[in-house]
Formats: sequence, C-alpha cells, structure tokens
Amino acid sequence: MDRYRGNPQAIADLVKGYAVHRDTYVDQEVFDLEMEQLFPNCWVYIGHESQIKNSGDFITSKIGHQPVLASRHRDGQVYVMHNRCPHKGVKIASEPCGNTGKFFRCPYHAWSFKTDGSLLAIPLNKGYEGTGFDADRAAQGLPRIENVKIYRGLIFVRLAEKGLSFEEYFGESLTTIDNMADRSPEGELEVLSAPIRYMHSCNWKMLVDNQTDTCHPMVAHESSAGTAVNVWERAKKANPDLETPMAVQLYAPFMAPYEFYEGAGIRVWPNGHGHSGVTGSIHQDYEDVDGYLGRMEDAYGKKRAHEILGDVRHNTNYFPNIMVKGPVGILRNFIPLAVDKTLVESWVFRWKGAPDKLYERGLMYNRFINAPTSIVGHDDLEMYERAQEGLLSDGNEWINLHRLWEEDEAEDTTEVVNGTSERQMRNQFYAWRKFMIQNMENTVEAAE
Amino acid sequence: MNRDDLIDFVYDEAAMLDDMRWEDWTKLFAEDGRYWMPLEWQQEDPILQPSLMYEDLLLLTVRVERLTGERTFSQKPKSRSHHLMERPRILSMGEEDGIYRMRTSFLYTETRGDLLERYSGWIGHQLVEVDGALKIKQKRIDLINFDAPFSNIQLFI
Ligand code: FES
Ligand SMILES: [Fe+2]
Repeated sequence: MDRYRGNPQAIADLVKGYAVHRDTYVDQEVFDLEMEQLFPNCWVYIGHESQIKNSGDFITSKIGHQPVLASRHRDGQVYVMHNRCPHKGVKIASEPCGNTGKFFRCPYHAWSFKTDGSLLAIPLNKGYEGTGFDADRAAQGLPRIENVKIYRGLIFVRLAEKGLSFEEYFGESLTTIDNMADRSPEGELEVLSAPIRYMHSCNWKMLVDNQTDTCHPMVAHESSAGTAVNVWERAKKANPDLETPMAVQLYAPFMAPYEFYEGAGIRVWPNGHGHSGVTGSIHQDYEDVDGYLGRMEDAYGKKRAHEILGDVRHNTNYFPNIMVKGPVGILRNFIPLAVDKTLVESWVFRWKGAPDKLYERGLMYNRFINAPTSIVGHDDLEMYERAQEGLLSDGNEWINLHRLWEEDEAEDTTEVVNGTSERQMRNQFYAWRKFMIQNMENTVEAAE
Repeated sequence: MNRDDLIDFVYDEAAMLDDMRWEDWTKLFAEDGRYWMPLEWQQEDPILQPSLMYEDLLLLTVRVERLTGERTFSQKPKSRSHHLMERPRILSMGEEDGIYRMRTSFLYTETRGDLLERYSGWIGHQLVEVDGALKIKQKRIDLINFDAPFSNIQLFI
C-alpha cells in the first residue's frame, strides 16, 4: 500500500522536530523513497580526485541504488556517468577503482566508450544502418551526469537535473573541508589506500545521528575507552616514566564528561549540515608531531597556520551521508544498502607535504574507531542494532529528540548551541523532509 | 626447540583462545609482541598502510579486560570462537635471527546469539625464546577476503 509515495504531507508528518516517527528508520517504502528522491536531490560524495590522477583512471560508486562511474579523460577533466551500458545495461566498470586505458569496453558485446562516456564503436556496425539508431539515446553512450562539483579534491554529484546549486546546498559548511585540506602544507589531500569497510545491520541514519550524539561516548564507550584509561593508569602507576602513547591519546578523550561536550558546542547550518566541537573537541590535545608546525608556518605564515590547527572541529555531517573529521583527516561514508543495512566506508586522507606521523595517526584512529575489529565500533553497532529491533515495538512509534528543543526552532539557519543538544539531529531531519518531498511537490504541482 | 614444540605451541595457543582463557593468552606474547591483521594483500607495512588491527600488549590487555566488563553490552550475550587449523608449516627454525616462523591455514568461526560468521586465511607466527619458553613476537592474520565489509569481529583469530 502506498502510504508515502506521492503523499508529501504524510512524509512531512514523520518529522515533528522534537520527535521523528520510526518509519523513517524501519519502513521499506520510506527507504525506497529515500533512494528515489532524497539521494538524487542532494549533493552526494562519490570519491576523491586523487583516486583518479591519470587519464583512464576510474572509480565506481553509488547514489542511492544507482551505480555511477567517474573517470579521468584525455582532456584532464573528470566525467561522471551512469555505470550502465546503453545496450543491455551491463555495468561497464565492476571494480572500485582501476585504469581502463584509452576507452571502456563493455564485456558483453564489446561496445566501446571514450573515457568521457561518449560512444566510440560498435562491432559489426552495419547492423544498425538505417535502423534509426543514431537518434536513439543509446547512440550517446554512457549517460553523463551534468551536476558535478570537485571541491578541494572531493567529488560531489547531484543526480536530479533541478535543485540547489553546490554553493547554495553546502554554503558555509564547506569551511570544514577547507580546514581539513588546509592542514596540508600544500593545501592538498590524497587517498593512498582503500577504506576500512564495516557492515551495519541498521538504518543509515542511525550512523548519521550518532556523529553529533555527544551524550553517548561516556556511556556506550565506557567499556572500551574507559577500560583503555584504566589499563593505562595501571601501567603508568607501575612505571611513572612512561610517556602517553598515541593510542591512549586517541582513546582517552572519549571519556570526557558531559560538561566538556556542553561547552564545546554544536553548530548547525542550512540543508542539514552541522558539526560538533565548535570551540574544542576530543581531538584538541594530541601531541605535536615533529616538524609539522614548522612546515605549516612556512606555508601559511604563523598566524594563519595557528588558526588552521586551532580549529579542531569534532564531527561534521554533510547531509545526507558523509561525515568529515578534519583534525585526523577522516571521511566516513554511510552507504545505505537496505532499510536495515548500511555499509560504512571510512577513508583516511594523507596531507601532502606533512610528516608521515600524521598519516600514521589517522590510520590508527580509523582502525581503533571505524573497523569491524574496533572495540569502539562494537559498542556503537550494538546500540544501533538494538535500536533497529526495538523500533519494531508498537508501544511507542516515536524517536525522541527533545534535548534542548525550543518551540519555533528555526530551520535552515546557522546557529551555535550547547554541545549536548540534539539540535543537529533535528536539523538533519528538517533537511530530510525538505529533500524527500522536493521533487514530489514538483510532480504534484505539475499534475494540478 | 624442535619442530613438535613449535607445532604444539600453535595448536595450544588456538585452544587457549577457544577456551576463552584470554588472560593466559596475553602472557604468550613477548614484551614487544604484536597482533596484526593487515588490510592489504601481502602487506608489508603495519604503520603507514591501513590494517584492521595492529596491537601491542597494552591494547590487547584493554580488549581482554573489556570482554569481561560489566558494561560491555556487545558481549551480552557473549561471543564464542572456534579455530580449525591445518598442520602448521615451519618456514624457519630461526637459524639466522633467532625467530621461528610458521604459517598455518585456518577456518575460524565466531558466534554470538543466533549469528555465526566464518573467516578463513592464514596465520603467520613469529616466535622467539624468552627464558626458555616460546613467546609471540608477531601473530599475523591474513584473511582471504580482508577487503570485504565484515560485521563485528569481537574475539581473536
Ligand atoms: S550490454 Fe554492453 S555491449 Fe551489450
Ligand atoms: Fe560512538
């Protein structure tokens, strides 16, 4: 039964601000509409330019359920195409990345395409003469996606033809990506290796919500970070000369008290973006890395270098489904596979021109927190999976987001609030409602 | 040490894990011992290439204490493990550097609640003699599908 399809009001009713209906996390039709409406209407991250440096390099990705392909053409440009052969639909590239040489060749009947997607050749071409093939959309090759923006090397795509421009969509939130890239003395990020992948049996939004959930670390991670602190304190007592290892520097701040997070603040931006850690964060007290500050000061001047490194934002959510952690150079991609299944891919960037030690720290953070073998990850996933099951109860159909809610809370605004507020989760849902029904409203209007 | 001592060590170590005698297990590690799960094929660098795990005794102790913690909710219910292993191949008797090297093909099962997951690959042992006993300098787990997205792996392969 179509409860939500073509019914923008029913979707809007799922979001009350201080509460959201559980159907946003458990309903199959809502999930289908997210794939069909929400993801195409948003600017979605598909990869980093450094993954496709040379002509013929390509990466594959998905937007909602739709497979896409980005490749570097002879002219130096990046082109993004739908990853499906115009003949019978076969995926042209099946690997996450690679180099295709001068052209793509479909493995089924050998139609070939230039690396900008245009049709190069079809075997036994005479079979199409006089058939009207030239006027068919198949003759154009791989369907090109026009709305592509590369920002500081990050490649974003909007599938829908109409919608907010990249600049309107992200606005000031881009300052987090800027800060992450500026942490390279050369101002550039690069991807050197594959992400850590972690399968979650829960809805993708549980992960997104969690990124600015500052009231959970000292509770849910008492088992991991709390134990790390205990074990370390014992070791230190036995041997007071020990220096705090990088591992303990990364784990220990998770046990910071509520007051710390309250004071650190949360900033919300329009269109569902926002971040925790405005004036400080769990990343603020890492040990200096030898030689890094000098390189930064040489590159930017003293004042600017300190400004960049002093901005230690915690987690920045870019709506809908990525999180950027500037101070450790990590980007997490929450890829929805099913209403209760999410693939998390966590990438570590290397800062060009920075000492190796920083990359080492990013990689260590990633395997401590974001891996299927990470104890912090175990804590979190247990909560998501229990929630996914608990939400099936009819005893209460609503998820509570009341913390520091105020009547007439502004939507689509920029504001800094108490860092334990659930404001950013609400902010995401205001955007969710907006982008879910954006094109639906168009369709409804057109029909009237 | 003779070949049997080395082979017995590998099987006994696995039995210790499957019996959930984790504290005893950590005592098998040399002071500078490491447990390593690479994330790349034939990976050489545990520091500047990504790994699933690269842990020293301090971090392994954190894991072991966490597993039995009162507020470790991801262990309610508890996980259990099973190692099925081929006879270890002895690659080196340490003639040159005092490090015994073995490689053992395995099928590992971890279960929790109603779920059961299987992993397979190779375990690489580097053992050294400390005060007459064998200790782990490095235990390396190469999964055949290291690049696949797993759900939780909470115990030790
Ligand atoms: S499906 Fe691609 S050439 Fe036929
Ligand atoms: Fe967490």
